Amino acid sequence: MSTKRISKEFAEVSQTPIEGFLVTLPPNNSVHTWHVTLQPPASTTFYPGRFGIVLTLPTDYPFKPPVVKFVTRVYHPNITNDSLGNVCLAILKAENWKPSTKIASVLEALRNLLVEPQPDDPLEERIADEYRNDREAWEAKAKAAVTKYALEDPVFPAS
Amino acid sequence: MDSEEEYLSSSDELMPDDSGDEMSGAEDFDEDDFDEPDPDFGLSAKDLDKKKVAAHAVSFKVFEPSDIRRQQDDMMNDVNMILDMNKEDAAIMLRHFRWNKERLLEDYMDRPEKVLEAAGLNSNTSSQPKLQAIPGFVCDICCEDEEGLETFAMKCGHRYCVDCYRHYLTQKIQDEGESARIQCPSNGCGRILDSRSLDLLVTPELTDRYHELLNRTYVEDKDTFKWCPAPDCPNAIECGVKKKDLDKIVPTVECLCGYRFCFGCPNPDHQPAPCDLVKRWLKKCADDSETANWISAHTKECPKCSSTIEKNGGCNHMTCRKCKYEFCWMCMGLWSEHGTSWYNCNRYEEKSGAEARDAQTKSRTSLERYLHYYNRYANHEQSAKLDKDIAQKTEKKMVQLQTTSGMSWIEVQYLNSASQALQTCRQTLKWTYAFAFYLAKNNLTEIFEDNQKDLEMAVENLSEMFEKPIQELSDPKLKVDIMDKTSYCNKRRVILLEDTAENLAKGTTGTATSIHDSLRLTMSV
Repeated sequence: MSTKRISKEFAEVSQTPIEGFLVTLPPNNSVHTWHVTLQPPASTTFYPGRFGIVLTLPTDYPFKPPVVKFVTRVYHPNITNDSLGNVCLAILKAENWKPSTKIASVLEALRNLLVEPQPDDPLEERIADEYRNDREAWEAKAKAAVTKYALEDPVFPAS
Repeated sequence: MDSEEEYLSSSDELMPDDSGDEMSGAEDFDEDDFDEPDPDFGLSAKDLDKKKVAAHAVSFKVFEPSDIRRQQDDMMNDVNMILDMNKEDAAIMLRHFRWNKERLLEDYMDRPEKVLEAAGLNSNTSSQPKLQAIPGFVCDICCEDEEGLETFAMKCGHRYCVDCYRHYLTQKIQDEGESARIQCPSNGCGRILDSRSLDLLVTPELTDRYHELLNRTYVEDKDTFKWCPAPDCPNAIECGVKKKDLDKIVPTVECLCGYRFCFGCPNPDHQPAPCDLVKRWLKKCADDSETANWISAHTKECPKCSSTIEKNGGCNHMTCRKCKYEFCWMCMGLWSEHGTSWYNCNRYEEKSGAEARDAQTKSRTSLERYLHYYNRYANHEQSAKLDKDIAQKTEKKMVQLQTTSGMSWIEVQYLNSASQALQTCRQTLKWTYAFAFYLAKNNLTEIFEDNQKDLEMAVENLSEMFEKPIQELSDPKLKVDIMDKTSYCNKRRVILLEDTAENLAKGTTGTATSIHDSLRLTMSV
């Protein structure tokens, strides 16, 4: 049942791309994994980085929310600063997720998260403190991480 | 009842996000809308004196599942009659107001539209929701569009195919255990699922599960209700004790299943010690801090390699096993510098040495004090476990006794009472030691310790009799002794609890040097 919905959503995102996003399917063409490249707006600290995000749609999508992971390292209060790249996003939590929520809204929420980090709901406590109390130091480190990890095309893991 | 009392769990955060400002005062209202409102809720010292109820007892009421359902039904009927809304909507409203009927009625009279919206009941159409096929319909969840697809929408009008709706509800109820806060599947719609819609959509098993979960939210939503924590016990207990009174009263309640627990904290019965003290004590016992205390009291560090050394006998001439450094245990100086004064350190009186000794003595005394109380506490805990094992054998014993002595089932019940008395008294004794640890010494503590001693002796006596083999138990004289001792133990326990509870409660007056005052003193240090 979910394949029809996913195909439709993928078609929509491909035909009318959301600003700053490039969405592709992995080489094996599984519709349950989306490879997303996000380029944040020029006004943000993370510009001109390009961030790889893997969106995994569970088998009972859209009744369960998609699982989102950053494959590019990001220095951000709400994204784990490790190879897992877990994200904390309110609309992805089981109690907030509604089956009628579209992936497009998830992607928009992700972009907003890069534009405006949420230090009060952090995954990386230390980075959140720095973001709140020493914004300059945080920006410098975030920029350095962009230069180090995010200038090339993101490399997606083979699934 | 005072309106600004703080209820036990301040669970404002459990309120739905969309409740808005009009809900913020929901806690301020009394919850006296029960069939038999009990004026004793929220016992204070004054009430106790007036009513002459036992000082160590709080009033509480046990509710079985059928009572809980009936209470909900009664309230729904009331709201249904007064506001002329259907029962499903009344239920949703009551849940939104955490079953505070007065608050609901008042708010609804003021601003009906706003209240309905906050509760997730805002409606565009008034027709009853039903399953229907709509030409040209495309389900927004699964994107199916075949002809004759059955669809469903609640009053909010967000329409989805029946399969998706069912799947959604099944997942919410079965996997996530949701009930009272299941919203419409539409993104951003706060419409709450009502049970009539549920009945239209899902199997009876799932409906049963849903109602079971709803029952649970009823108890969990009410601050004066708690589930009995005993395994598999379906009962709930209502007790009106206030959080701010927990330093004056220890609200032990007993479920119909026999389980005794504290209404003020998550622990089993811990009379006579107040909740706060219990928390400190458990933390202290669990902490490594006491291990560290022990180390500092019993060991020193090698002055050269800093290995921790415990001196377990022998003379003051120490040789570190690790680095072979030789030093004096008394002054920690190099042994070779001691010259001729073997076995008698003449630097003992040095100032630095004296300070180190003082610190060490202090640490040792406080440790010994702690260990004194802890050992007795742990001993009763252990004995209670053993008594419990024995209690499990009691039933067998009782059967055996019936066959050997020809006594009837009723006649051997005294063993059961004895076993229960033992366990209850041990539980109390255990906590008297934690309590005593935090007490400052004065003449009231002496009375307390006398009470403690009396109870302890009685319990040990009873425990001894109780363990006797069957042959001796059939002796009628022993039976009488056990029955006497059992009632004596129970009496001593009540005396101890009464005395302590009275002193705890008196602490509010602030005049007498009560146990409570001294307790505060020691605890604030």
